[in-house]
Amino acid sequence: MEPIDLNETGAKGALAQEAEGKWGMAIDEDLCTGCQACVAACAMENNLSFVGEEDAGYGRSMQWIRIERFWEGEYPEVQTGFQPMLCQQCGSAPCEPVCPVFAAVHSPSQDTNLQVYNRCVGTRYCANNCPYQVRTFNWRDYAIDPFHANEVDGQLVFPLHNQFNPDVTVRRRGVMEKCTFCLQRIHRAEDQAKSEGREVRDGEFAPACAQACPADAITFGRVDDPESLVSQLARQERGVKHLEELNTLPRVTYLKKG
Amino acid sequence: MAVSSKYFPWAKKAQETHHNDHDPRQHLMLDPKPRGEMNQMVMESMYTTSWKFWVVFGILSILVALCFFYAWGYMIAEGLGVAGVNRPSFWGIFLVNTVFWIGISHAGTFISAILRVFKSEFRRPFTRAAELMTTFGLIQAGASIFMHLGRVWLAYWLFPYPNERQLWPNFHSPLMWDLLAITTYVLGSTMYLFLPLIPDLAMARDRSTGWRKTFFKTIALGFRGTEGEWTHLRTAMNIFAFAIIPVMFSVHTIVSWDFVMATRPGWSSTVFGPYFVIGALHSGMGAVAIVLFIMRATMKHMDYFIRAEHFEAIGKLMLIISMGWAYFFFNDYIVQWYGGDKWTDTLLHWHESGPMSWMFFTMLIVNIAVPWLILWNKKWRSTPWLLASVGLLINVGMWFERYIIIPVSLTINRMPFTWKLYFPRIEIFLTIGTFSMFLLFYMIASRLIPLVPVWEVQEGQMAHSMRKVGKTQVPSVSEFE
Repeated sequence: MEPIDLNETGAKGALAQEAEGKWGMAIDEDLCTGCQACVAACAMENNLSFVGEEDAGYGRSMQWIRIERFWEGEYPEVQTGFQPMLCQQCGSAPCEPVCPVFAAVHSPSQDTNLQVYNRCVGTRYCANNCPYQVRTFNWRDYAIDPFHANEVDGQLVFPLHNQFNPDVTVRRRGVMEKCTFCLQRIHRAEDQAKSEGREVRDGEFAPACAQACPADAITFGRVDDPESLVSQLARQERGVKHLEELNTLPRVTYLKKG
Repeated sequence: MAVSSKYFPWAKKAQETHHNDHDPRQHLMLDPKPRGEMNQMVMESMYTTSWKFWVVFGILSILVALCFFYAWGYMIAEGLGVAGVNRPSFWGIFLVNTVFWIGISHAGTFISAILRVFKSEFRRPFTRAAELMTTFGLIQAGASIFMHLGRVWLAYWLFPYPNERQLWPNFHSPLMWDLLAITTYVLGSTMYLFLPLIPDLAMARDRSTGWRKTFFKTIALGFRGTEGEWTHLRTAMNIFAFAIIPVMFSVHTIVSWDFVMATRPGWSSTVFGPYFVIGALHSGMGAVAIVLFIMRATMKHMDYFIRAEHFEAIGKLMLIISMGWAYFFFNDYIVQWYGGDKWTDTLLHWHESGPMSWMFFTMLIVNIAVPWLILWNKKWRSTPWLLASVGLLINVGMWFERYIIIPVSLTINRMPFTWKLYFPRIEIFLTIGTFSMFLLFYMIASRLIPLVPVWEVQEGQMAHSMRKVGKTQVPSVSEFE
């Protein structure tokens, strides 16, 4: 009788398989300069609203990715640490089971967490239950807030509406939203590859944040492909996953400051 | 008819000393009045409306119109931005109010169902007032949940209704369990309120004229008081009294699961279920004391029905429940603290020494110290205004407790970069609105239905009598069932 490898069968094997996922990210905290280019690019790509100074100061800024800044050490030996925090696209996401209307669901084809804006009724349970605190809520109708408008001939004109991405919905008030790993870009790349009768190549496309990062701190790709750049980076000794002890199976690996 | 005589120790003393304190007639059950006269008293308490009533009624109506309907409409039109919720405190005072009102609603069922099942005689004159609290409290709880929703106009999506897209709510979500539990509780407790009301409605129907006659005639469902009707009514009440008790326990346990099931420090406490149930009874008993005090102070003839002995009995229950609450509170806190989890530790320190620590210590003082220091004394707990004040303080403390559990605890999470304080904005007005509406409902109910269950009092008085044992008169109670 063949010996059973407990790493491959049983609960642990299932867990390892589950943990793999499809799309993933590696973020190098050594390279991150905290320049916030990813934050700006994400807002442009995904039609994120600008909430204004007052609301942003009160903790309502709408960012799907944020740069967390930490200080280490005592003056004058101070070191700055930057940690870009975005939805970890958990394999076992705490946000999903708590939604009473199935607005937070898991995508079987992309293995990411989806937020169905049309279905969301705004209980905000998912955001409470997210240990990474990466979900943002539309507290107001920010997109049509007169705050962003100019008055031309007695009519309100919203110049920012001209830069909306037509591939992404503009969310209304009372709806939860979060990072999608730029799902529209994934779909575009997959459609292109399908029409050319091939697989999506590693590095063929990147989400807005990875594309915009001047230091190339963010790498995106297939984590189920051991040859992909992101898998190779994540295998490094520096690779850690945040709050791994909660068993959320995050898809984002952080390469910690060396 | 089984007749069992209970011996009351104070009765013997009464014979010996003839002291006023031990006059059996100070007990409602041993101070009977003719049925016609008592019915008339209750009818008069319903019909005697002074100008003060209308002044308070007007003020409350304005408050409800402004702070409930206008403020809520404004919030629906503008979005939740006008409230104080933010990241990380995604849940604010709306859910504090929800838990608070569900807690208030528990005492009604506790008093009327549990005490009815255990045949506690002191419950008789105030079961109705307590049961009304259940229904009215649950209305406010439901309103608070809907206020909390980001898109309340789509709230019907939470209900499992057939639709062409075959979308179904997520029964894995604790919010779904909550919704089902609360709906069950609303329906069950409303029926349980209505059943013992039927004989009183029939009594009122026979003694009223005009539109009131039509009103009572409609909702009394043609009750005439025949033997068969009473048998059916008693059976139904018995079934509901027993069935509503597990529902009552489950509702607040499931409310606590909204928090327990989340992956948050401070919330994942397995003792939250019973802790919430006892907390609900704690605030609910306090609210009963307040309601009885107001009824007695403002309504005609109520000093006959609601007496010092009732306040005394409620005071005793409050003391015991306060002890139970303290037991569960320390079970929750000490075990979590001893666990030594980094985030839980941070959170507990935040409770005790953060900017909201005044709330934490006020809660401990008014929920534990005040009842323990005041309610041990029989004279003090028999004093209506004192008991009502203790009840009010306990309710403030229990509201603070929920505030600490929800927005204050939400401030601390596993991502220190997002920590932010929560400041309520429009929630303050909406809270005033729900409280005003609760009081307004009580005022309307006090004019429309008998707040004292007359038939229960009469039944109790028939069962109680002074029996002669040897040379002394001993009060005794017979069981009719």
